[in-house]
Amino acid sequence: MRRVLAWLRRDLRAALSVGFLLLLLGLSVAAPVVAPHSPTRQDVNNTLHEPDASHPLGTDDLGRDVLSRLIYGAPATLYASFLAVTVAIVIGVPVGLLAGFLGGWIDDAISRLIDTLLSFPAIVLAIAVTGALGIGLTNGMIAVGIVFSPQLARLVRAQTLIVKQELYVDAARVFGASVGRILWKHVVPNAIQPVIVQVTLLLAVALLAEASLSFLGLGVQPPQPSWGAMLARAYHYMEIAPEQMYAPGIAILLTALAFNALGESLRVALDPTMKRR
Amino acid sequence: MLTRDRLRLIRRRLVQVAPVIVLATFIVFGLQQLVPGDIAVTLAGDNATDARIAEIRALYGLDRPFLAQYGHWLWGVLHGDLGKSLLSGEVVLDSIFRRFPVSLLIVGCALALSLAIGIPLGILAATRPGSRVDAFVTSIASLGVALPNFWLAMLLVATFALNWTIFPATGAKPLSAGLGPALLHAALPSIALAAGAIAEVARQLRSSLVEVLSSQYVRTLHAKGLSPAAILWRHGLKNVSVNLLTVIGLVFNRLLGATVVIEAVFAIPGIGSMVVHAAIHKDFPVIQGVVLALVLIVIALNLLIDVLYTVFDPRIGQK
Repeated sequence: MRRVLAWLRRDLRAALSVGFLLLLLGLSVAAPVVAPHSPTRQDVNNTLHEPDASHPLGTDDLGRDVLSRLIYGAPATLYASFLAVTVAIVIGVPVGLLAGFLGGWIDDAISRLIDTLLSFPAIVLAIAVTGALGIGLTNGMIAVGIVFSPQLARLVRAQTLIVKQELYVDAARVFGASVGRILWKHVVPNAIQPVIVQVTLLLAVALLAEASLSFLGLGVQPPQPSWGAMLARAYHYMEIAPEQMYAPGIAILLTALAFNALGESLRVALDPTMKRR
Repeated sequence: MLTRDRLRLIRRRLVQVAPVIVLATFIVFGLQQLVPGDIAVTLAGDNATDARIAEIRALYGLDRPFLAQYGHWLWGVLHGDLGKSLLSGEVVLDSIFRRFPVSLLIVGCALALSLAIGIPLGILAATRPGSRVDAFVTSIASLGVALPNFWLAMLLVATFALNWTIFPATGAKPLSAGLGPALLHAALPSIALAAGAIAEVARQLRSSLVEVLSSQYVRTLHAKGLSPAAILWRHGLKNVSVNLLTVIGLVFNRLLGATVVIEAVFAIPGIGSMVVHAAIHKDFPVIQGVVLALVLIVIALNLLIDVLYTVFDPRIGQK
C-alpha cells in the first residue's frame, strides 16, 4: 500500500487516472445520494432544456436530468468494461502461455482456434451473439470478452516464443525447473509487459464496445441510463440540440483515457529494467 | 519471388487455413444454438400460429440433430446458398453483394488514411523518444484510441454537414456513381473510422521501432558510423515491417467491425446496418451470412499477411 502511494506521488498521470477512476467508482456506488434528480423521471414541459441551476447539464428529449443520467450511467459502464476484460484475461493468458511454451500439436490446435476467433470482428460477433441470446448488456459484454481473449492469447504466445529461446530459460531447464516454474518465474515476468499495455487498451476498447452496443440499441435498455444510450437519443436531436451529445461523449472519452493512462503508467512502474533509473 | 521455400510455406498455410474456415463456419452456424428456448418459435415471429411454427421447423430442418442441420447449411453455403432473409425474403447473398461495396469503400478509405497518417507519426515519435514531438504523438494516439468513433462521427456531422454543409450528413454513393460523389459521401465516415486506427498504427509502430532502435546491433551500427537516417530506413523499418503487417491485419479487422456502428450514424446502407437490423429482429440467415462473409474476408487477408511475413523476414519461412 505504501509503495502504491509512493508511486502515485511520483507519477502524476497515474495519480490523475486513479483519482478519476476512483471518483467514477464512488459515483457509481453513491449515485442515489449524489445525483440531483431521478435518472428516469420525465418532465414533458421541460424537454431539451438549456443548463440552469436545477439542471446543471440541462434536460434530455423527455425532460430527464442529463447530469443524473450521466451519474447513473457510470456503474453500467464500469461493469461492462471489467466484465469483458476479465473474461478475456481468464481465457487468453493461460492459453497463450501454454501454446507458446509447449509448442507441437497443442500449439497448432490452439493457434488455429485463436486464428479463427480473431478473424471475427469483435463488435460484429458481439452483435450477432447479443441478437441470439437476447438484447442486453451482460450477454454482449461476455461475447466481447470472448472475442478479445484470442488477442491476448496470441500476444502472450508470441512473447512466450521469444522468451522461450533466451539462455536463462535453457539454464532453468537444465537445472531441472518444472514447466510451471519456468513459465511463472521466467516467461511471465519477461512477457507480461506488452500484455499489460494490451489489457489497458482492452479496458478502454471494452468501454467503447459497451457504448457502441448501447448506441445501437443492443446494450443497456431504456429507461436505464447509459452513456452510449444517451448518445443514441442525442443523435436524433442533433439538429435542434447538438449540445446533448457533449456530456456523455466526454464522459466516455475521459474514462477511456484514464484506463489507457493508468496502463501506460503501470507499464513503466512494473518494468524491472526501468525501476532503478 | 516464389522460391521453393515460399511455395512450400504457402501450401502449408493453405492446409492450416482449411480447419480455420471449417471452425469459423461451425461458430457462425452455432450462433443460432445460443437462442434460449425453441428457435422455431423465435424464427416464426410474434403471434405465430402453431401451423406456422411447424412449417418453420420443417423448412429449416430444426427437428433434425444439430450436426445434420450444420451439414445441410454448410452444403448450401458451399453452393452459394446462404438462405433468404426471414424479414424481407431477399436472398442473403444478393443483399451482401449489393451492400458490401458500400462498406468496403469506407473501410478502404479509412485504412488508407490510417496508414498514411499513422506510419509517419509513429516514425516521428520513435526517432525522437522522450522529445516534445514524441509526447505530442503519444497524446494524440491516446486520444485517438480513447475516442468513441461514433461520437466523433456525430461531432463531424454536426460540424461539417449540419453547420457548414460541406459534406452530406447521411447516405452513401457507390463508386459507379463517380469517384467524386462516392468519396464525398465516404469522407466523414472514413475519418470517423480512421481516428482509432491512426492511433493504433502510430502507437504500435512507435513502440516496436523504439525497441529496435535501442537494441544492441543498432548501437553497433551507430558505432560503425552509419547515419541515423540510414539506420532507420535500412535496418529499423525493415525490422518492424513484420509488426506493421500484424497491425494492418488487426486494424482492418477492427475497421470492419467499427463500420457497423459508423454506418448507423450516417444511415449508410452497408452490411453493418444490415447485421444490426438482423440482430434486433433475430433474422438468422442474414446474421449468419454477414458474419460468415466478414470472417472469410478476414481469413483471406490474414493468409495474405502470413505469406507477406516471409517476404519481409525470410527467417519465418524456414524451418
